[in-house]
Amino acid sequence: MDSKAYQTYTESRAKRSHVLRDCIRAFWVGGLICCLGQALNVIYQWAGLEEKTAGLCVSVTLIFLAGLLTGIGWFDRIAKYAGAGTLVPITGFSNAVAAPAIDARAEGYVTGVAAKMFTIAGPVIVYGAVSSILYGVLYYLFTL
Amino acid sequence: MDWLQFFHAFWVGGLFCVAAQLLIDLTKLTPARILTGYVCAGVVLSAVGLYGPLKEFAGCGAAVPLTGFGHALAEGVREAVKTDGLLGALSGGLTAAATGVSASLFFALIWSLLFKSKQK
Repeated sequence: MDSKAYQTYTESRAKRSHVLRDCIRAFWVGGLICCLGQALNVIYQWAGLEEKTAGLCVSVTLIFLAGLLTGIGWFDRIAKYAGAGTLVPITGFSNAVAAPAIDARAEGYVTGVAAKMFTIAGPVIVYGAVSSILYGVLYYLFTL
Repeated sequence: MDWLQFFHAFWVGGLFCVAAQLLIDLTKLTPARILTGYVCAGVVLSAVGLYGPLKEFAGCGAAVPLTGFGHALAEGVREAVKTDGLLGALSGGLTAAATGVSASLFFALIWSLLFKSKQK
């Protein structure tokens, strides 16, 4: 094996272990966030909320916490470690709204903060809504 | 109390994150595209009837990842079409998403009043 082939070999091995490391981190942090959600769900239902309301309250709580952590600068640090582990749960959506909003303060509250909130959330809402509308139309046609 | 629910929430939720991590590491997909894709995937998985049973099984392991947000949209549309007919296709999704979206927007505005950006 010449030195160039060896270099590509080590690089590919390094990339593989780096992917594996990222996946393990994403797995346990993401899993833990979902576990926290489940615990909140149990607490809210124990406190007397109905199942559906409890589910919504879990989302709101996680959104609140993720935004707060974004504000005090911890979210970035956790996200740097966890990658998709914090991105994929609802915490990632909350961060995607809160982080640009905080960063855009200097540009004012209308064209800065409020507009920048939708940089990532906008596409998510647009394509989420559109796919749900398409599904609704299909569902209507097939259940006539 | 059923302790297994935490275990199932953990590994199912974790696997959703691993799938996204693989997409980030192995493809050129940006996080914004992954979030969008996950919500759409949730709508589709819910439409074909897979996500409902998964949520029964894994609880927040399925509800907390953004696919769960897509599932909520699809479920809302299904209910609204049942009660309002075709118009429900337009109203159901965002009605179901309203709590999460409004909470995100409202809190984000508060955070932007309270915190200054940390320059990196």
